Formats: sequence, structure tokens, C-alpha cells
Amino acid sequence: MSDFPPAASGFMVDATTTALILAARVATGVRAEWRGCDPTTHRRIYYANHVSHGDFVLLWSVLPPALRRVTRPVAAADYWRATRMRRYISEEVFRAVLIERTRTEETPDPIALMADALSGGASLILFPEGTRNTGDERLLPFKSGIFRLAEKRPEIECVPVWIDNLNRVLPKGEIVPVPLLCTVTFGAPVKLGEGEEKQAFLDRARAALLATAPANGEPHKDG
Amino acid sequence: MAEPNLLTLVAGVFAILAVASLIGFILKRTISWQKPHAVIDNLNARIKAWWVLVALMLIAFLFGKAGVVLLFAFASFTALREFMTLTPTRRGDHYALAASFFIFLPAQYALVLADQYGIYSVLIPVYAFLALPIIAAFRADTARYMERVAQVQWALMICVFCLSHVPAILNLDIPGFEGGNLLLIAFLIIVVQASDVLQYICGKLFGRRKVAPNLSPSKTWEGLIGGVGLATLLGAGLWWLTPFTPLVALAMAALIAIMGFFGGLVMSAIKRDRGVKDWGQMIEGHGGVLDRIDSLVFAAPIFFHLTRFFFSVS
Repeated sequence: MSDFPPAASGFMVDATTTALILAARVATGVRAEWRGCDPTTHRRIYYANHVSHGDFVLLWSVLPPALRRVTRPVAAADYWRATRMRRYISEEVFRAVLIERTRTEETPDPIALMADALSGGASLILFPEGTRNTGDERLLPFKSGIFRLAEKRPEIECVPVWIDNLNRVLPKGEIVPVPLLCTVTFGAPVKLGEGEEKQAFLDRARAALLATAPANGEPHKDG
Repeated sequence: MAEPNLLTLVAGVFAILAVASLIGFILKRTISWQKPHAVIDNLNARIKAWWVLVALMLIAFLFGKAGVVLLFAFASFTALREFMTLTPTRRGDHYALAASFFIFLPAQYALVLADQYGIYSVLIPVYAFLALPIIAAFRADTARYMERVAQVQWALMICVFCLSHVPAILNLDIPGFEGGNLLLIAFLIIVVQASDVLQYICGKLFGRRKVAPNLSPSKTWEGLIGGVGLATLLGAGLWWLTPFTPLVALAMAALIAIMGFFGGLVMSAIKRDRGVKDWGQMIEGHGGVLDRIDSLVFAAPIFFHLTRFFFSVS
């Protein structure tokens, strides 16, 4: 069903995958809550709040294996190609769609890359805030990427995913993680409406993500 | 003397669980076969979880002191992470949290294992209680400082200090009762948990007047009196597991059951404050680990100290 690199083969890749998932589960006791939709292998865009480097590993680790095999994170190329280790993990294990953060004439259009991945049968994991949220705001304003992608593939559901507590496990600048429990909540999908304007869609998608956050997430906020 | 008693005990517990499983199956079969039923399904989930908990306990017992200490260290770790997850800490508490998980928790259990009563009885209420505010102060975040320090301290107190008194029972040196301390742990756990279960059953059957309607809708006077009363009688009947006379066993069981009830009440108040129903989702039908051990946590130190004061020579 998919023509993206079937690289997830071989003992090393399987072992790395298992080790990463096990580490994520032990460190965070992570639990998935499918509140607004069911886990299906339909192509989807999972979009989540971004508080830590571990975000997509956590999201990825709670997906049922059949979904995990067809779900690719979208990540920054400069970071994930920087060392051999990161390159191996991003390209072989996660089969990430790597996009350049600084655009030049030669860099391929990131939206086109993501749209191609969707066409190839993959689901995507996106962080529409664009950067890690380290402030007091629950959720930063969304960048326009998710809108431009939805414009190209309006038939695909965008599923809001709230990753709760991971920012407390390892706040920015800390070295020692604290093994608190994390939850990953999947909310009700949103789709681009006919003729819907950019800001209207971004606001709606952002509100859907905030609505997905568990109620007890509020007191966790610094402040 | 301990071995045949332990075998009798295990056989008894298995028989009770088997009867409970049978009752659960018959209820399911006659009332809601192949249909969801909130109360019956929860009951069956709880019974199933009890089998697992009993099996875990038994495996730990087979490994002796190290096994029991390890089991309760793991329970403390899980309880502490449930507690901290629901506690509104700030970035400035990060080191204090890390110290709780990675220094105080392992140190407490290591000292219990090493039988260092002089230190493990004060490690948390003295050393941790002084160290944690110092650590937090270094991060120079004063917002809700007092509240945050108190929360981290109480989490350690409840989840680590109090709970570690269960394996600490193995350190008691009771003349004429050598090698029987595992049975004393079994006595404590059976009375506490039986009291919980019997309060639940009595409450479901006869519950009318709520003890603390703002805290917990499921705690009724009928459940409390019936559950604590029956658990006290059960404890008296289990005097042969202990170094106590039947009358002393009765008094101890009453104390354990009442402290257990208070533990549930306090933990309900904290949950209510946090706006949650359960501490976690780890044990199907029971909620989190803290939901299962809240009564044990309050009963254990009191039981430990009374037994130590009146019966132990160490």
C-alpha cells in the first residue's frame, strides 16, 4: 500500500525500534487515549504540541504497530542529519520526512515533500508550532505549513494529539529526567473546509488541539 | 513454625479468590452475559487484578527479604510517580523531584534492606525534609514555594516513607517468633485489604449515610462499621499468624482497619483537591497503585511501631 522506503527491515532496525519504545514506556509509563477518533491505518496527519525532543518518539511509541509502520514524523533536516547516529535513527528507524529549516534555491519545497509522503501512503506527524514551546503559553500560534499541506491534500484528516507532561519529565536545559507519567491523547479530527481561509483553519486546528488536552493538564503549567 | 502456616495461608487466600471469581462469573452469567455492566465488570476486573497482586506478593515472598524490599520499592516508585504526576510542580522543583526519585527512594529501601533502623526511621522526615527545601531554594523560584515544598515532602512521606514500613517489619526481632515476620506482613496486608473489600461490599449492600459526602460518595457509615468490624474479627481469627494473643490480634486488626480507612479518606481528599477520581490506570478495576495501597500506607508505620515497641527486642 505504500511506496515510501521500506527501510524498516533488518535486526538492527527492529532492535533499535524496540529499545526506543521500551525506553519511552519505562521512563514515562506512557498511555494512549483515543478520545476523538479510533486508531485506523487511514492516511492521516497527526499534529501535536511540541515541548521536547522526545515528543514524536512518545507519540510514535503509543501507535499500534500497524499504524507505526506507515507513520512518518516530519523533522528538521539540519538537526537529524548532523551525526551518523541521528541520521540512522531518523532515516532508517523513523523514516522521517526531513525538511530544511533554512530555504535556499536548491532545497526542495517542504510542503511538496510532505504531500509526496502522503501520496506514498504514509501518515505524518507534524508539530505546527514549528519550534519547541518552552514558555508559559500552553500552545504557541501555528505556522502556516499545516494549512498549506491541507490545501494540497484536503481529503486527509488532521488528528490533534496532545502530549501531556513530557515537558515536566525533561524540561529544557535539564539533564536528569524525572519519571513522571505521560499521556498522549488523540482528539477529534479536523479537515480543511471548502474555501476556508488560512487563519480560520489554523485557529480551528489550534482550538481542536487545545480541546484535546486533558483537563488536569492545566495545573501542570508553569505559573 | 512459619512454613506450614504460610502454606495454610496461601491455600486460604487462593480459596477465597477462587470463590470470588466463581461469584463474579455467576453474576456475569445471570445478570449481564455478553453485555457491559459497570458494577459487575469492575468487580471482575478487581478480582482478576487480585490474582495478579497475590501472585506477585507470593513470588516476592519466595525470594525472601530482598524480594519483599524490591517489590515495595517498585510499588513506592509507581505510587510516587502517580502522586508527582498529579502535583502541580514547577520547573524550579526539577532537582527536588529528581532527588526524590533517584536518591531518597532507593536510599530508604537500601537502608531497610540493611536493617539500619536508626537512619531509615529519620531519613525522610528529617534529612529529606531539610534537604528538599534547600534544593528548591537554590533554583530561586519563590512562586508558591511553601506549597510546592510541602507537596513534594508529603509525596515522599506517603509513597516512600510510610510504605517502606511494610518490608521493615522483616527487621523486627521478636523472641519466639524467629523466621515468622513474613507472616506478620501477610497479617497486615490481609487485614488492610480485607477491610477495604468488606467496606466496599457492606457499603454496596447496606450503604445509606455518607461519612464525608464532599470527599467520597462511596464511603458510608454502614460500609465503615461493617467493613472495619468484620476485618477486625478476621484479624482476630488470624492470630496464629502472629506473635500476638487473639485479643491483641483483635486490637491490632481494629487499629489497622481504622488507620486504613483514614488513609483512604485522606487520599480521597487529595484526589478531590486535584480533581481526579483515580490516581492512575495501572491496575485494571482499581485505578492506580496509590488507589490500591492508600490504606496500607497509613496502617503500616503505626502497626510497625506498635509491634516494635511491645514485642521486638531490636
